[in-house]
Amino acid sequence: MKKLIIALIMMVPGMLHAAGGGNIHLESAGINLDNDAAKQRGAKYFVNYCLNCHSLQYERWQRMQEFGLSLDDIREKLMPASAKPGDLMKIAMKPDDAKAWFGNPAPDLTLETRLRGEDWVYTYLKSFYLDDTRPFGVNNTVFDKVGMPHVLWELQGFNKPVYRFDVARSGHVEQSFESEAEAEAWIKEHGGDAEFKVNRVVDHLQTAVPGQLDEAEYDKVVRDIVTFMAYMAEPVKLERQRLGIWVLLFLAVLFVSAYLLKKEYWKDIH
Amino acid sequence: MSTMQNLVNWIDDRFPMTKVWNEHLAQYYAPRNFNFWYFFGSLALLVLVNQILTGVWLAMMYKPSAADAFASIEYIMRDVEWGWLIRYMHSTGASAFFIVIYLHMFRGILYGSHKNPREMVWLFGVVIYVVMMATAFMGYLLPWGQMSFWGAQVIVNLFQAIPLVGEELSVWIRGDYVISDATLNRFFALHFLLPFILAALVFLHIVALHKVGSNNPDGVEIKKNKDENGIPKDGIPFHPYYTVKDIVGVVVFLMFFAGIIFFWPEANGYFIEKPNFEPANPLKTPEHIAPVWYFTPFYAILRAVPSFAGTQVWGVIAMGVSIVAFFLLPWLDKSNAKSHRYKGPLFKYALAIFVVTFAILGYLGVVSATADRTLVAQMLTLIYFGFFFLMPAYTRETSDKTTMTKIYFIVMAIATIATLYYWWLFDGGADGSMLVKLIVTAISAGHFLIFGVKPWLKPEQSKPVPERVTG
Repeated sequence: MKKLIIALIMMVPGMLHAAGGGNIHLESAGINLDNDAAKQRGAKYFVNYCLNCHSLQYERWQRMQEFGLSLDDIREKLMPASAKPGDLMKIAMKPDDAKAWFGNPAPDLTLETRLRGEDWVYTYLKSFYLDDTRPFGVNNTVFDKVGMPHVLWELQGFNKPVYRFDVARSGHVEQSFESEAEAEAWIKEHGGDAEFKVNRVVDHLQTAVPGQLDEAEYDKVVRDIVTFMAYMAEPVKLERQRLGIWVLLFLAVLFVSAYLLKKEYWKDIH
Repeated sequence: MSTMQNLVNWIDDRFPMTKVWNEHLAQYYAPRNFNFWYFFGSLALLVLVNQILTGVWLAMMYKPSAADAFASIEYIMRDVEWGWLIRYMHSTGASAFFIVIYLHMFRGILYGSHKNPREMVWLFGVVIYVVMMATAFMGYLLPWGQMSFWGAQVIVNLFQAIPLVGEELSVWIRGDYVISDATLNRFFALHFLLPFILAALVFLHIVALHKVGSNNPDGVEIKKNKDENGIPKDGIPFHPYYTVKDIVGVVVFLMFFAGIIFFWPEANGYFIEKPNFEPANPLKTPEHIAPVWYFTPFYAILRAVPSFAGTQVWGVIAMGVSIVAFFLLPWLDKSNAKSHRYKGPLFKYALAIFVVTFAILGYLGVVSATADRTLVAQMLTLIYFGFFFLMPAYTRETSDKTTMTKIYFIVMAIATIATLYYWWLFDGGADGSMLVKLIVTAISAGHFLIFGVKPWLKPEQSKPVPERVTG
């Protein structure tokens, strides 16, 4: 019986990974949800750069008071003149217009960090690269053929991709090369088998047009945006964790008294 | 006489309050040797009450319409006072309910609580389990997220596989040709109704239990050994002894429960699946659709069975039988002893293998299907059914073989041979690797030889059960 329980417990870590997905390497966002200044800066960037196309329609403007902004700050610096603090953070763009302009309406972002993860959003905002084949001239390494322009280009500048050429046979990568010619030569050397396929993949990104910020400064901006988005995705998260400790402490005390009560009653059973 | 006693007398003259209290608590004698596994019955009741209470409160704020459902849940999470706590208690409670019930069912099988004279207790229990699954399935649609929508779509489409009436039946269930506002409305109505039916079934489960008395880890019938006052020698009054003991179990359970609610409510996408943070979109199929974890063993069985004669209905039938098999358990188990402690070794091995099989099938139901995984799922499906339908063979203690035993044996023999034939001579598993094919064939055949054929040569033998409980 004990062996069985141990075997079952050992299966748990394997199963925990099952629910994750994708094999794209994501950078860690490393946010601190408790950092009010980061949330305030993130709110400013989000309202300036994101909120024109993306709504935050399950949350209200006044929520931002929770990380240190006054109602006046929110009214003057963030809200459109027509809105009230109790309104949901909707956008003026009509879904039909958005569809005509971008191919698809920009998704609401209230729950984006819970849907895709904080690390995904962080990496995504850093991974735009120049691609002439796309309508807005940019593509993204974590979201191929994305229909969104590089909104933060003024800050980050533009990156260009440095490609790598993978020689693969039945899905398994045999060797990687810097140029297509080298890859073709390698295939010839190895008998020129038709099963070998050369795949062009983005190896890494390189600055093509510098922006206003250097890399570290841009990372900080993106981290601030993700911090803000993570807070708005679940505003109660910090509160529930703080409360959870007290609940567990209470239950621990209750456990001791419940256990002593049980022991007292059961001492005459034998 | 005190005022309190007067009041009690007044009520007792009109309603059997003291009588019920005594019969079911203060003078209900339970075996004194309950162990760890006996906490899960009272915990299941606790979780049911939690689900009903939090559910009623959620229903006060929730809007069952395709246009508003998703937003109303975010409203509960953000704008309703303590709404987030009530919602997490409900979403965590759903998974906790299944964890507790699976452990409760495991206890029943481990100690033979399904056997004579407790068949009715077991049958009510399995009905509770089935109604619970229906309730959970309908409740899962209500958040109206992507996985809610597509999960419901996949499961309701199963009914389409039924010959002749399938198409119309599935439209009748949905009230539309796809999952829609009409479906959401009726699922909400049924999700609200079924828990009260569950409560009634739990009442019947307990009435049946108190008629025959509780089983225990030794499988000893304590009512057969009474003292001069007619009280079982191994029995102790449920109240106060087991009430104070169950309180300890409740507190420990609540620590785990609160730990998840306050620190890990999504449980890494198992209790709240990530695609459900995106509103349902009938035009966008998710890359990978998986039911919630508590349904995945059955989903894996559904996917494992190949289509045959141009229809998928066999998988649906297999999934149905995999649930119905639990109803048959009291009559499949032929051993003389109730508890695994006194049964022959084959039962213990079979149960251990079944638990591991159930867990791995659960895992395979979560991940996407590949050729190799399908082969493993097919092998495990065979072992799953082997646990039930070979049971008359490996628990039989006499040398005579009843007609039913022979039928079960023939059914499992045909299933095993057909599966091996399918793997090697038909196109089944053609894309799977040779190694996996060899391993699953060896394990399936070995399993059938050990649990199907060996007991026919030499029947199992139970050890003598002591008269009094041990420990």
